[in-house]
Amino acid sequence: MRSYGVRGSKIFTERFLAQRIQKLRWIDVLFKSVTLFFALLVPGTLIAIVYALYIGALPAIQKFGWNFLRSSSWDPVASQFGALVPIYGTIVTSAIALAVAVPISFGIALFLTEISPLFLRTPLGTAIELLAGIPSIIYGMWGLFVFAPFLAKNFQPWMHAQLGELPLLGNLFQGPPMGIGMLTAGLILAIMIIPFISSVMRDTFLIIPVMLKESAYGLGATQWEVIWRVVLPFSKQGVAGGIMLGLARALGETMAVTFVIGNAHDLSVSLFSPGSTISSTLANEFTEAVGDLYTASLIELGLILFLITFIILALAKLLLLRLKKREGAFQ
Amino acid sequence: MRTSSQKMFQKRKIKNWIGLGVSCGAMAVGLFFLGAILWTLMANGIPALSTAVFTQMTPPPGGQGGLLNALFGSFAVVGFATLLGTPIGISAGVFLAEYGGQSHLASIIRFINGILLSVPTVIIGFFVYTVIVVPSRHFSGWAGIIALSLIIAPVVVNTTENMLQLVPNSLREAAAALGAPKWKISTSVTIEAARSGILTGVLLGIARISGETAPLLFTALNNQFWSSDLSRPMANLPVVIFQFAMSPYADWQSLAWAGALIITGSVLLLNIVARLLMRRP
Repeated sequence: MRSYGVRGSKIFTERFLAQRIQKLRWIDVLFKSVTLFFALLVPGTLIAIVYALYIGALPAIQKFGWNFLRSSSWDPVASQFGALVPIYGTIVTSAIALAVAVPISFGIALFLTEISPLFLRTPLGTAIELLAGIPSIIYGMWGLFVFAPFLAKNFQPWMHAQLGELPLLGNLFQGPPMGIGMLTAGLILAIMIIPFISSVMRDTFLIIPVMLKESAYGLGATQWEVIWRVVLPFSKQGVAGGIMLGLARALGETMAVTFVIGNAHDLSVSLFSPGSTISSTLANEFTEAVGDLYTASLIELGLILFLITFIILALAKLLLLRLKKREGAFQ
Repeated sequence: MRTSSQKMFQKRKIKNWIGLGVSCGAMAVGLFFLGAILWTLMANGIPALSTAVFTQMTPPPGGQGGLLNALFGSFAVVGFATLLGTPIGISAGVFLAEYGGQSHLASIIRFINGILLSVPTVIIGFFVYTVIVVPSRHFSGWAGIIALSLIIAPVVVNTTENMLQLVPNSLREAAAALGAPKWKISTSVTIEAARSGILTGVLLGIARISGETAPLLFTALNNQFWSSDLSRPMANLPVVIFQFAMSPYADWQSLAWAGALIITGSVLLLNIVARLLMRRP
């Protein structure tokens, strides 16, 4: 076939060119299939994760059924396992984290988009984003060696004195101020998720049409009124999406929590007492777990965590996607 | 009448100042914690740094030593994970940007990738444990590599796709008009044009996996001795820091601070470099 085309002299016959194009087309098909294959690995991984966790958790699912979610016993010796304590700890620490982080993130996002002088916006924004770059194990060490002793000495006795006497609510603030426990874990989580929530909020504040804000200013609104009555209502969905992204982070955060939560498997109301979350239980006990049922119960905990975060992340993504569509409509 | 409207104006002004003040306060809180954490790291980490940290192996309980094997292990695991995860991520990103468009398949993949991006990493470690560690019956460097590559890949997919979307279509059309086939357009025009953006994504991904501890706990585990055999348990900085920091020995704790300073320093440096790269036109 080569003899038809004299390559050296750059004279190509029609047939040679046709073959050449055919070959290039094959490479095209190959290229597309290869990239498609790797793209399909993404959903493949997700399915594989769910499947592997389900298979691993099967012995525990069969043994305990729905009781796994209701039982608070965690007794490796008697092979009795229930997920109530870790689930409770996960929810409480995440709730504390959100309660603290959402207002602070909102303030930071506002500061970075509306208040700060222009030349400060990039460096300050980067500083907050660096907070997200710090590895979680560092938060854990800092929490254990600096933050927890500080809380035990200064903050917890004060809270106990001020709030401990309240009916019902007072129960949250009982017990010795040890520093480690659910409150500390929640506060550390709050610091960790602030950059995630605030960066999503900042992005949604930035896409608000300037015209809307200017009209409000033109009507004589103060800066705060513009923020509260124009910026916030307009970016509700984005704010909610950002909060949910932060929540997913808080639910799954492992190392920082493992350092400061105390890892106790007792159900107690007080925020000062040590507890455990799903992820801290996994990190602490998994490599030491003996027996199929123990391992399977831990894997079931992992599966529960995965399902919870999956649902929350999916909701967050849908909210943010809808926002993106609306952004398109305004431009 | 006049006084009441003035009063109202006063009230609105005060509310405005309070709101703005609280907002500035929130910013200050964020910066305060960044400063506090970095200060603690420096105060404890700098005195603990010595040449021994970089030249000696991790010590037995209570003994003196360094972090050499852990540093090497971290480099190896993170390096191989990057080598494994990056091409996969870039390929998938190319598919989404160049072929996917608005199709259902591409939307689903995008959606799932976004979820994988923020799935708790402890779950990824678990997954690799059940799929690789259990069948092979021992912890290994490879298992750690696979776990970390599963974490870096979605980051690379995401940034690659976003960066390729930013490449103007006229470039693609110009190349197509010259007769270039699609793979040629992708590899030598669009990827080339988006190179610094894609590199940023890879750097951010490396920064992310360098500090990951939980997934390594179930996969690479740890090794007190020098080991360059990836099919054996492998020492790595995050897990060593975790063990040493939780221990009651002062020598171990000070090594943990040294390791913490090294890891945070390199991660933050990577973050800043990635951002600078991004800003360059």
